Amino acid sequence: MKRIVPIGPYHPLQEEPEFFKLIVEGEKVVDLEINIGYNHRGHEFIAQKMTYDQVPFLVERICGICSDSHPYAYVMAVEDAAHIEAPPRAQYIRTIIGELERIHSHYLWVGLAGHFIGYNTVWMWVWRYREPLLDIFELIMGNRNHYAINKIGGARRDILPEHYGTIEKYLDLVEKKTTMFTKAVLDDPVIRARLENVGILTKEDAIGFGVLGPTARGSGYAIDVRKDDPYDAYDKVDWDMIVFDEGDILAKAKVRLLECYESIKIVRQCLRDMPDGPIETRVDEIPPGEGIGRHEAPRGEVFHYVRSDGSNMPARHKIRAPSFMNIPSNVVAVRGYSIADAALVLAAVDPCYCCTERTVVLENGKKKLTGHDLLRLSRQKTEAIRRRYRR
Amino acid sequence: MSVVRVLFSYLIFPGFVFTAVIGLFLTWIDRKVTARIHWRVGPPWYQPYADFLKLLLKETIIPEGSSKILFLLGPVLGLVAMTILAVMLFSMNMNPSGTFVGDLIVIVYLLALPPLGLMIGGSASKNPLASVGVSREMTQYFAYELPFLIAIATIILKAGGSIRFGDIILAQQANGPFLYSISGVIGAIVILLSTQAKLGFVPFDIPEAEQEIMAGVYIEYSGVALAMYRVVRGMMLFILPLFLISVLWGGFGDWWAILKFLLIVVLIILIKNTNPRIRIDQSLRFFWLGIGVLSIIGLVLAVYGL
Repeated sequence: MKRIVPIGPYHPLQEEPEFFKLIVEGEKVVDLEINIGYNHRGHEFIAQKMTYDQVPFLVERICGICSDSHPYAYVMAVEDAAHIEAPPRAQYIRTIIGELERIHSHYLWVGLAGHFIGYNTVWMWVWRYREPLLDIFELIMGNRNHYAINKIGGARRDILPEHYGTIEKYLDLVEKKTTMFTKAVLDDPVIRARLENVGILTKEDAIGFGVLGPTARGSGYAIDVRKDDPYDAYDKVDWDMIVFDEGDILAKAKVRLLECYESIKIVRQCLRDMPDGPIETRVDEIPPGEGIGRHEAPRGEVFHYVRSDGSNMPARHKIRAPSFMNIPSNVVAVRGYSIADAALVLAAVDPCYCCTERTVVLENGKKKLTGHDLLRLSRQKTEAIRRRYRR
Repeated sequence: MSVVRVLFSYLIFPGFVFTAVIGLFLTWIDRKVTARIHWRVGPPWYQPYADFLKLLLKETIIPEGSSKILFLLGPVLGLVAMTILAVMLFSMNMNPSGTFVGDLIVIVYLLALPPLGLMIGGSASKNPLASVGVSREMTQYFAYELPFLIAIATIILKAGGSIRFGDIILAQQANGPFLYSISGVIGAIVILLSTQAKLGFVPFDIPEAEQEIMAGVYIEYSGVALAMYRVVRGMMLFILPLFLISVLWGGFGDWWAILKFLLIVVLIILIKNTNPRIRIDQSLRFFWLGIGVLSIIGLVLAVYGL
């Protein structure tokens, strides 16, 4: 007998509203339906109503976790359109922040993965060591999140030489702790039992769905913008791409944990080699034309396209976030596993739904309720209750 | 006069009120120790009582179209069973040679009532997630009950074949606790892990996995019914370690029992915090093939007097 187990739109598993219909027979998942569209905010359209310099602050707020990735890709797209290049020091600064963000994002995922398999100790411990990094962000840029470091033609803030030591000290700490977590994950037989051979995404499926980032690299599909199309300081530093062939959740976890080491390596080299000089070039106007920017966000390649018509606002701004490519692959990854595994498989791609939202969805000809609608309904219900009790 | 005494022993001490108060306090210890392991601060000591009071004041919502009686029977069954069990354990330990009729078989049945109540209440709540939870609860129950019963058989064997609870305590008072032998240690491991599963703690909180099926069997419960479940969980956290001490660690006639008790509770909390939740099929395999075989080894060793 087929039954539907709903995950979402509001579910303790998820931090954001989205809806998975798990079609199950007993405990086994036979199919999955993905419904998004609860949180559409129309960023691309808003961006076209803003000046070029305002847009980075907007796209920064697409995602709270990879909040450096979107502005990074956006400024590269505009720089591509305007044929300008950021000064070397700015390139290094951007690279450092991009990599530090990767560490904090991967730590966030490891913690959440621990939470999803009911291992709250891992969650709390990992996030404890993520916390100092957010303090470092605050030290450098004044914000724990939404750093506002990217600017067309450079970086908005400098990393002061007196902060190098703080960053290096944190890198030492995070290197030690990453070793600890990697060992804890790989040596614990119970964790292995939960992660190994679960949610396998084969290489063919990975290529077929066009998945990106750690999801692809965990399936043996070696794709990484930092290597394939190096930008900023990525071709000036030495690092390795982490690829595993198994395609299960354990492989994805290993990719993320080991990538933290690579990020540490990159940041160390950047801090060592960072040249002196200006951190921004003067940009007067954006000539008509178009440009693309690609950045390897923690979840995969984030792509921004900007077309300019010579005015001070982008004529067209197109965003493609990595989760948009990764989430559909859940359909094949989750099939045949149990409900218990499904919770983990859905989270294994490190989904970011606010990046993914594209549309307002119609179902059977009716508009599906969005987050706003649900909020309105809940307020109406509260009002009704209040009225009832006032009498 | 004796009616008053019986009522007192069931309702106040060592029955419902005493067990519930201590049980809720133990849930605070659980939360506090867990929080310290997590590098968190944790709640103040009165938090479980405040939660309990708050839940009592809330509306109890019964899902539309579900059987009211069966839905509310779930928590009541567990509460009644735990109250009776508390009275039995205490009277047996205070006066092992007394004539109170109570044997291990009754205790095993009473211990089976809370999961039974959960299954009844969960299936009455007409929720797909609850029904998944019920099926998991059922599987889990059959998984841990088999090694648990074999461990009980080991204890009966060591007590010289008597199933009377008092005799088991007397035998331990005469010849030292059963725990100080190989089969006793094996029995303790088996009962401890079964306790973990009975309590619904990680790694065996599969029937209520919040991240997978949103509290599963408890999903439709609210208000007083949920408060009762909370109390039952607390009482179980009090009674199950007591049961372990009584049958294997020489009863709790002396003050050392408090230390033993706290040790077992902290052990349970540590197991809870150093393991991820396993899948239901893994749990079944673990209890039948791993712990089941271990308990049979313990039984065989007990036959040879080890």
